[in-house]
Amino acid sequence: MLEIRNLHVQIEDKKILNGLSLTVNDGEVAAIMGPNGSGKSTLSYVIAGKEDYEVLDGEILLDGQNLLEMEPDARAAAGVFLAFQYPLEIPGVATMTFLKAALNAQRKARGEGELSTPEFMKKVRAGAERLHIPQDMLKRALNVGFSGGEKKRMEILQMALLEPRFCILDETDSGLDIDALKIAADGVNALRDPKRSFLVITHYQRLLNYIVPDTVHVMANGRVVKSGGKELALELEANGYADYRSQAA
Amino acid sequence: MPAVQETVEQVRSIDVDQYKYGFITDIEVDKAPKGLNEDIVRFISARKGDPEWMTEWRLDAFRRWLTMQEPTWARVEYPPIDFQDLYYYAAPKKKAGPQSLDEVDPAILETYKKLGIPLREQEILAGVQTSKVAVDAVFDSVSVVTTFKEELKKAGVIFCSISEAIREHPDLVRQYLGSVVPVTDNFYATLNSAVFTDGSFVYVPPGVRCPMELSTYFRINEKNTGQFERTLIIADKGSYVSYLEGCTAPQRDENQLHAAVVELIALDDAEIKYSTVQNWYPGDSEGKGGVYNFVTKRGDCRGKNAKISWTQVETGSAITWKYPSCILRGDGSRGEFYSIAVSNGYQQVDSGTKMIHLGKNTTSRIISKGISAGFSQNTYRGLVSAHRKASGARNFTNCDSLLIGDKCGAHTVPYIESKNASAIFEHEATTSKISEDQLFYCQQRGLSEEEATALIVNGFVKDVLQQLPMEFAVEAQKLISISLEGSVG
Amino acid sequence: MAQVTPMRTAAETQLLDLFPAVKARLPGAAEPRQQAYDAFAKAGLPHRRVEAWKYTDLRASLREAAPLADAPSAAVLGEVRTKAAPFAGLGPALAIVDGMFEPSLSDLHGMPAGVQAVGLAGALGTGHALAAQVGQAAQADDAVLALNAALMTDGVILRVAAGTQLERPLVVRFVRTGSQARAAFTRVLLVVEEGASLTLAETHEGPAGVGHQDNTVVEVITGDKATVQHVRLNADGGGAVDLSTLGVKLGADCAFTSFALVTAPALTRHQIFVTFAGENSRVSLNGGALLKGRQHADTTLVVNHAVPHCESRELYKHVLDGEATGVFQGKIIVEPHAQKTDGQMMSQAVLLGDNATMNNKPELEIFADDVVCAHGATCGQLDDDLLFYLRARGLPKPDAEALMLQAFVGEALEKVEDESIRDVLEGVVEAWLRARL
Ligand SMILES: Nc1ncnc2c1ncn2[C@@H]1O[C@H](COP(=O)(O)OP(=O)(O)OP(=O)(O)O)[C@@H](O)[C@H]1O
Ligand SMILES: [Mg+2]
Repeated sequence: MLEIRNLHVQIEDKKILNGLSLTVNDGEVAAIMGPNGSGKSTLSYVIAGKEDYEVLDGEILLDGQNLLEMEPDARAAAGVFLAFQYPLEIPGVATMTFLKAALNAQRKARGEGELSTPEFMKKVRAGAERLHIPQDMLKRALNVGFSGGEKKRMEILQMALLEPRFCILDETDSGLDIDALKIAADGVNALRDPKRSFLVITHYQRLLNYIVPDTVHVMANGRVVKSGGKELALELEANGYADYRSQAA
Repeated sequence: MPAVQETVEQVRSIDVDQYKYGFITDIEVDKAPKGLNEDIVRFISARKGDPEWMTEWRLDAFRRWLTMQEPTWARVEYPPIDFQDLYYYAAPKKKAGPQSLDEVDPAILETYKKLGIPLREQEILAGVQTSKVAVDAVFDSVSVVTTFKEELKKAGVIFCSISEAIREHPDLVRQYLGSVVPVTDNFYATLNSAVFTDGSFVYVPPGVRCPMELSTYFRINEKNTGQFERTLIIADKGSYVSYLEGCTAPQRDENQLHAAVVELIALDDAEIKYSTVQNWYPGDSEGKGGVYNFVTKRGDCRGKNAKISWTQVETGSAITWKYPSCILRGDGSRGEFYSIAVSNGYQQVDSGTKMIHLGKNTTSRIISKGISAGFSQNTYRGLVSAHRKASGARNFTNCDSLLIGDKCGAHTVPYIESKNASAIFEHEATTSKISEDQLFYCQQRGLSEEEATALIVNGFVKDVLQQLPMEFAVEAQKLISISLEGSVG
Repeated sequence: MAQVTPMRTAAETQLLDLFPAVKARLPGAAEPRQQAYDAFAKAGLPHRRVEAWKYTDLRASLREAAPLADAPSAAVLGEVRTKAAPFAGLGPALAIVDGMFEPSLSDLHGMPAGVQAVGLAGALGTGHALAAQVGQAAQADDAVLALNAALMTDGVILRVAAGTQLERPLVVRFVRTGSQARAAFTRVLLVVEEGASLTLAETHEGPAGVGHQDNTVVEVITGDKATVQHVRLNADGGGAVDLSTLGVKLGADCAFTSFALVTAPALTRHQIFVTFAGENSRVSLNGGALLKGRQHADTTLVVNHAVPHCESRELYKHVLDGEATGVFQGKIIVEPHAQKTDGQMMSQAVLLGDNATMNNKPELEIFADDVVCAHGATCGQLDDDLLFYLRARGLPKPDAEALMLQAFVGEALEKVEDESIRDVLEGVVEAWLRARL
């Protein structure tokens, strides 16, 4: 279970999160929607532990463990996975190499043995196939020259391999064509599990037709201003954020 | 791919201040008295069993050296070297030319084992199934043993110590020695010409593709000895040879001087690939001790369509002063320089290349990756020039520097000179630090900061690593990570 | 290493003799001049072993140091008055003729509000407050700069008051006359106060074919939030040996842009020293040189990022015909702690003549880690494919070449914001290209 209590965050003297609270239970898929600049990506970075953000107040607990005190890699090993809104390119590092390094680092941190190369290859191949990622893409440098949609699919592949406990998808649907959207959603759905929870950030109700959320939260001006069931997303699609913009300020 | 994982482990497992190769072999040595004068030059020459002409050659070099001055243009600083306070000759005290490995002092073999050199042929065959490596090991100044001699002989390839070549193949040596790096080329090259003690000699006959990678491991063992190897490689028409050079030196407080000369000659359609992994002792974490590496390396593409390719991974030495160069004399010849220079602690690197386009349609390519960390200074210095007659010359240069930490420096000093309207030169250089966003991305996937840095650095140098033979690439990757130990966080 | 002092050349001896002969009549304090002279005496004329002068061996190429120019006569001034200046009518102009500031040829009364203009000699002689800033922006261990400091006869000091926004460029004309080769040492100081904005355009004019020697220094010192555009044109036979130094010292939040165009002199050396003294400032240095025959043009610049958060851009274009030689040396220095520096430098050359030469030396010297710096250098011919494309559209080869060269130089010319000035510069480029057809 992930619990965020009264989170206040600023960056370079600009206050972005203003007392945000949110709980995501085990097995739950929670969707977050909200206008541009409302702080959604900021929230995901703060959960994952990006350095530039200054947490002024509040706490983030994953299964009672205080994430704010941990290094980003320790959080990853504890099961936090962030599918980036803008995945980074790493020149010269083959995707396959990167996947193996990440997987083994996490296994080691958790006291598990390393996967043998054949085992690893099998896992990657199967995952890539499910996401329609061609094998030769795995030999290319990570994300370098990948199209927007390819990068997003690569994020889902990493998520599938690392089997995290808590997954954050920051606008994973943007940049995906209709077929890719279904493929990616299938990938996510295949990972749904009573022990695994998801925080799905999106601007479009369409994604939620494929990844059906248990809860929907509306974020504005750095806070959750309304929570509801999946029908809330439909309502937002119809009416926009006009009602919420004023409310939170 | 597994190499990255290994790198990551190496970073973990090795102690910051501990230079892996810093141990001293305890064997008896035969040394010349300290200092340098004509008598010492004669002493060295006699010990090497030089013929008369060689002794004269050395003496001539020595006399010229007396009139020369140390170069000061490089961005390196060190206290003045007292050239009279060095030993110029040190050899393991045993009969000079062992006939088989069994005759080699076990302590030496043990040293090589610690260095991880597969000296014994069996080991080589067992360790590396796909390719074979012939090793000419230089222990301080004397070539200890040359493996694989027989097989090379069958192909007609001569691979022996330079001293042996001077005795056994005087015509070849006289024709080529000093023909690429003239005796008076520069202060250190001239000194080397006077006192060089050993090194390798390779001659590949016309049309022969050398059946294996040739390799020399250099190591400076004896206290206060300068190491002055001399390497001469000749690839006759249409031949091919790949040569690997690895260097380590034990850990000592004093600075050790190393001034080698390497000359390569490629005739028509011949190709020489020369790879170096240099991890001599860089000094301790306070900048004390370490090797001064003042090396002159130059290749001459003397025939048409000849090709010379230098690849270097420089992680060691307190001071590196080194510019492996290509003279592109033959029409259609090609020069390449691929370099990774890593500096940490108080290391100073001033390295680069010269590509001198003399012939028509000559091409060259320079890829240089510098990584500075700690308090080090890392300079790329390079020259690309096209002379009047070099029509159709082409060069592409890419020089990238990566900074880790705010106490180090990265400098780029290229000279690009074109005297021919049809020559096309392109040069690009960048300097930056590792991106915080990339680091965070890797950490989000579970890599520690140090692991993430190693990974990103490996990506940064990949274009160059790819140029190395497989076994060397793995070793090089480890070295890079070891040298960057303790530079993050 | 022991320094071997080379034999004095004739030109060196002449220059060394010149100072004692004229020093009594040079304006201002004697002491700094004497120091500069001593520095020059020690260094001599720069030669190829002086790293910053590697490609311009003044010691070898300067056979004779010309005598100091005489102050122009009334007749000469009358002649100058009838000649059309390149930037005539574009803005108020000040003229320096044969080393002397000429109020009679200057729009001293037409200076816009907020601009103060005084003669340098007068200011030095009377100890004018602004004279104290002379020499503050152009500081380098350089023999040519030292010569100017020792021998400068006159020039102009301009002060642009805080907040002044000039619409029209201020023009400074360096005019040479006479048919005998003479030397002139002149200097301009521009002090730009906080928030002011202007364009300073200098032209170098003179008779073609006379071996005049010029040594000019232009210094720009700004307060915070200043915007300065600087243009330098030598297309009209200024000194045939044209040695010039531009020294710039910028406050915080400033923008400084410079463009220099060279087509006329036999030998040009234009050196630029920029120091960022305040944060968040931007510098853009640009230039074009179109050379033929045995012309030689050297641009050597040093941009020193002494403080964090500054940006520098350099773009230089050389078109080299005949046996001409182009030199570009650019050094970006990032001092320790000058974090967040962004420096990008590019030098491009097209060699048209079989015996043309281009020497490029772009340098990075970096002591801070959080920086993005890059440089590039290319040299070669015009793109064959593009040339073919244009010819396939019906353009004869020379026209197609001219078009491409114009576009090539145009990339740097674009950085000149003042349209009226840019038009003139484009005209110069066009004329040069047309003369090739
Ligand atoms: N490094 C930074 N410095 C200053 N402001 C920042 C920084 N990073 C983010 N912000 C600001 O914080 C606010 C929240 O940004 P954030 O990226 O979290 O929004 P978002 O809800 O994810 O928007 P979108 O829907 O467009 O992805 C924005 O106004 C943004 O400009
Ligand atoms: Mg966002």
